[in-house]
Amino acid sequence: MLSVKKALFGALLLLSVAPSSALSSELYQQLGKKAGIDQLMTTFVFAIAEDERVIEHFARVDIERFHQMISQHVCELVGGPCRYEGADMVEVHTGMAITRAEFNAIVENLIHAMEQEQVPLSAQNQLLAILAQFHGDIVGK
Amino acid sequence: MKFLSLRLWLVAGLVAALSVEQALANEGKLLATGGVSSIEGSGGGGLVPWATTATYAEKNQWGVTANANFADVDDFQLGVQSVNFSYDNRIEVSFAKQRLGLNTIGGALKQDIFGVKVRVLGDLIYGDLPQFSLGLQHKRNQSFALPAAVGAHDDTGTDIYASVAKAWLAGPFDRTWVANYTLRATKANQLGLLGFGGDKNNDYSYMSEASVAMFLNRHWLVGAEYRQKPDNLGFVREYDWRDVFVGWFPNKSVALVVAYVDLKSVAGLPDQTGAYASLQISF
Repeated sequence: MLSVKKALFGALLLLSVAPSSALSSELYQQLGKKAGIDQLMTTFVFAIAEDERVIEHFARVDIERFHQMISQHVCELVGGPCRYEGADMVEVHTGMAITRAEFNAIVENLIHAMEQEQVPLSAQNQLLAILAQFHGDIVGK
Repeated sequence: MKFLSLRLWLVAGLVAALSVEQALANEGKLLATGGVSSIEGSGGGGLVPWATTATYAEKNQWGVTANANFADVDDFQLGVQSVNFSYDNRIEVSFAKQRLGLNTIGGALKQDIFGVKVRVLGDLIYGDLPQFSLGLQHKRNQSFALPAAVGAHDDTGTDIYASVAKAWLAGPFDRTWVANYTLRATKANQLGLLGFGGDKNNDYSYMSEASVAMFLNRHWLVGAEYRQKPDNLGFVREYDWRDVFVGWFPNKSVALVVAYVDLKSVAGLPDQTGAYASLQISF
């Protein structure tokens, strides 16, 4: 009985030191490099455009530039040979008052896009983990 | 008869939930992050309440779930019906009716459970802090004759618990994992179905409860739970409970969990293992 408890506790400890994005350049490969990321972000932008929960935030956004910037940013974040030239996430989202529900809606759009582009689940999860770190910079600003 | 009407009601609810699909506004959380409903009505896993609030309600949203849980072990059958309201991803209020059928001994034990849970700080997925919640379960035994006869002190009792939960989007094997630890202060004998406190011990006991689970993909979750239990009655020893489970989240309206539960020896009857199923409909 006690050993089961110890094992569970051990499992919890193990979980708390789980790796984050040590294999990010491998992730860049898994996402299909620059062309794959561009395609994924195109599908993502189309998913957002059809989502009435969040579309109001994109009403005055230059979609072509948004696509270019987010592709560049993702490419850099996953360890690809890109340099993100846009503003930081706090600056971009300040004044937008994005809610937690809206942030989650965007996450769902990304998940749908990744499923549509048949991104492997392990790569999906790694990308989500990287992007989730921006939650605090984006929500409620 | 009672079970028949429950079944009809659940089927009607299921049809309604499937037909409205995801048209409701109160679904701001990500799929499966509301968890399911535990056997005491609180949002959680199966045996253990979690720090998560049930339903998909995010900030300024509210949500409702209706749930049915059923466990069938060698000499007992546990049936639970519950409803769960939550608001703002902050507060959860639940009501559950439990009935434990005593197949071998004869008769049934019943209790009602009123639950409240508040998310104090942190978040299951985002940020550095795990989600931390405090909860109460006020339990009122409705069949106290048998518990009194075996030495239970009270027919009502209140459990107090603190829960911490964390999800890792890309945990081991690049799968999404979730873990919950709950510390509960309780005087309940067999959840309270055998009353509260007893001849052997009449003080609160601090019990550890833990769950670990991994998402195979967005819709399928596998995991295990362990629940430590107090031992208040002299007539027979009370044992810890455990289970392994599979959860299915086809959409935000329905969740289904099946499990293999090991309740060890209950009321002196050994080897109580069997199947557990739980259906949750979110509105």
